[in-house]
Amino acid sequence: MGTDAIWIIGSNMTKFGKHPDKDVVDLAAEASRDALQDADISLSEVGVLGVGNLMNASAGIGQQLQKQIGQTGIPVFNVSNACATGATALRVAIMAVKAGETDVGMAVGVEKLAGAGLLGQRGPKPEAETWQPNGRFGALSSTEGRIGTSIMPGVFAQVGMEYGHKYGGASFELFAKISEKNHAHSTLNPLAAYQKRFTLEEIMNDVMIAYPNTRPMCSGNCDGAAAMIVVSDEKMKSMPSEVQSRAVKVSASVLTSDPYEDGCQILPDVNTLTKNAASQAYEQAGVGPEDLDLVELHDCFATAELVHYDNLMLCEEGGAVDFFQSGAPWRDGTKPVNVSGGLQSKGHPIAATGIANIHEIVMHLRGEAGDRQIEGARVGLAHVIGLGSACGIHILEKVA
Amino acid sequence: MSSTTQIPFVDYLILDDPPYLQAQECKSCGARYFDRRNACANCFANNFQPVAVQSEGVVTSFSIIQMGPNPYVSAIVDCGGTNVKCTIMKVEPTPDHVTLGMRVKLMTYSMGEDNEGTEAVAFGFEPI
Repeated sequence: MGTDAIWIIGSNMTKFGKHPDKDVVDLAAEASRDALQDADISLSEVGVLGVGNLMNASAGIGQQLQKQIGQTGIPVFNVSNACATGATALRVAIMAVKAGETDVGMAVGVEKLAGAGLLGQRGPKPEAETWQPNGRFGALSSTEGRIGTSIMPGVFAQVGMEYGHKYGGASFELFAKISEKNHAHSTLNPLAAYQKRFTLEEIMNDVMIAYPNTRPMCSGNCDGAAAMIVVSDEKMKSMPSEVQSRAVKVSASVLTSDPYEDGCQILPDVNTLTKNAASQAYEQAGVGPEDLDLVELHDCFATAELVHYDNLMLCEEGGAVDFFQSGAPWRDGTKPVNVSGGLQSKGHPIAATGIANIHEIVMHLRGEAGDRQIEGARVGLAHVIGLGSACGIHILEKVA
Repeated sequence: MSSTTQIPFVDYLILDDPPYLQAQECKSCGARYFDRRNACANCFANNFQPVAVQSEGVVTSFSIIQMGPNPYVSAIVDCGGTNVKCTIMKVEPTPDHVTLGMRVKLMTYSMGEDNEGTEAVAFGFEPI
């Protein structure tokens, strides 16, 4: 395994929200060109391109992007890995640089989801005239509603409730308070899709989607893109001093899938693969959770954020409720979590998310996060999970 | 005219008397599955035996799905060590009536007949 450091020298995300006048390639082009400019590097120097997009996974968005911003003949990896798609695209670029195939890699995640509605739901099939068993369960029709749920707000509600059953203390109000925190944080992030602060009462009295997740406790479908330029240690040292001084070190880059656990094919186990990724990442980086100045974790629903406090070892095992109630994950707490506003308010353009959360860390480590800057931030962790499942964790450090 | 033929909503619902859920248990490691298998995800072996799953259990997680006109309770039930995904029936779909740790048991109900008179039977769990 290569031991040389990998550096992020360029990073960008578009405003998340509704972009009715831009298509997927427009958004990817905007983030890519801005990331290249941020790195003060030409596309001609980029030797590998990882591009994540979920909704058009077979459309070759990477090559479509090249057609608009520059066709240089480099290898393109179009990747799709559920909500971890963006992190996977970045992993591809990092692996290529680590393997010595190139000195400069670019990763892009892009999605257009505004108005897409609930994900994970399949439309009803026309009623057959005779009952016909289908698929691996031999089901006579859609199992949705007949055998529980597979829609995301319900699945992740059960993930949080399962934690509550195991350790206690996880009430509707507690989950709503997590959402209150993230929406409060979002007011300082001009790139967030929603920047509205909600009171606890407003959150709890909003439309119930899948108890205990009300609408503001669910991540918002929206449009957006994020892009990142990574380079080898050698290349970084050849860059102008103003680029070097803003470079952020990738101390750990990890991708896991869900290992077999009892019951994991009944309710997806989003915990074990996150714990495994976290352990690997802390070991790779040589840092522990106590060293983190800020964390961006995958709060696709308020119920999910709770379990990841534990999975990322920000608290003692079983201690996520106490951890939250201590105030630690608020931006003025001891372990700020989702100061970007998180997916609940920043928005969740799926394939962009796994790069945008890393971008947020980059901005703080550079001291460029504006009003929401966590002062003196040196080490940060970005976590993303895609159901199915895939987990990406990156630990970044300010070294220069 | 009453139908004489029944078909289960899923292969793993066995319409015996009484009905029960049937898992495919890995002969090597004991892992249990409900779908058609190619091999065991835990130990990679591919020898399975059908086993009856306990028909009573405890709700270890749930969500009340409130989109659409008919709210329903999705739950995970621990049936003597085997987790089952289901809809909880015969209960008000409100947080006042569904609780973690609630004891439930298997029940079945008719989904109706097709054009050939075959009756489909689905399962749920109901409070004990």
